[in-house]
Amino acid sequence: MEFVSWADFFAMGGYGFYVWLSFGATFISMLGIVIDTRMKRARLFKQVRNNIERNKRMQAARSMENTL
Amino acid sequence: MWKWLHPYAKAQTSYELAGKLIPWFTIVCCISFAVGLVWGLAFAPADYQQGDSFRIIYIHVPAAILSMGAYTSMAVAAFIGLVWQIRLSDMAVAAMAPVGAVFTFIALFTGAAWGKPMWGAWWVWDARLTSELILLFLYLGVIALYNAFSDKVLAGRAAGILTLVGVINIPIIHYSVEWWNTLHQGASITKFDKPSIALSMLWPLLIMLLAFATFFGALMLMRFRNEILQRESHRPWVKALVMGGK
Repeated sequence: MEFVSWADFFAMGGYGFYVWLSFGATFISMLGIVIDTRMKRARLFKQVRNNIERNKRMQAARSMENTL
Repeated sequence: MWKWLHPYAKAQTSYELAGKLIPWFTIVCCISFAVGLVWGLAFAPADYQQGDSFRIIYIHVPAAILSMGAYTSMAVAAFIGLVWQIRLSDMAVAAMAPVGAVFTFIALFTGAAWGKPMWGAWWVWDARLTSELILLFLYLGVIALYNAFSDKVLAGRAAGILTLVGVINIPIIHYSVEWWNTLHQGASITKFDKPSIALSMLWPLLIMLLAFATFFGALMLMRFRNEILQRESHRPWVKALVMGGK
């Protein structure tokens, strides 16, 4: 262990700001692309589901017209 | 001879294979990230010249290496897509570009935050930094070009050509520190010589490299699956998959 205390660890030998800025930005960027990827997947699933429902409704409407 | 490879040209098979691989990449990524971060941040010795600011190396170097590695694999996929017209290859290009762009951004950002305390400047227009910035623009160009066409066959071809043209930038980035006078230090591990870094500092760096590589693998596969879903959204297998609630 290179550091004696938590305060010492966060100070990073006086370079705390730069070190934590780097690690923070990296964490946020990586988290960002993970969230983006997962949201895109959820959106695609919803889109396909909506499409299927829509087709069903259209078919139902068409068969109604035929009976009238 | 190539028969075993053939089924993977089918979208559904690739989708399922990617789904099987993602958990493994995720597990290795999480473990190596945890180990690499704790080791690099708390246990690796401080640099005798740079003190604790050198710890930025543990994200800067893996992100920079992977930003070039991602581009190279993107170029291979683009080449396959253009020459053999395999559309899954074009989807792989589209899947890799955003992840590579994020790595390039990380490399540039952490480089700036490292340059400020060490060089006294956030940014200098030297060869290494400028060529890496061009790499970011190439990534953004590929993403924009791919999204500009609603015809995805055309989009894949255009993005693929841009990707292949941009490959010239990769050796320029790598050798920029040797060809031009620069503030940026030379290569520490990506050379055919003994690494110029102490073992106690090198191990956590290699572990972080593994973490970034598996992160790229997992994210690329997830985005690859998204691309397949989008393009095959009218196929029965996708409908069955979505309605199955999987």
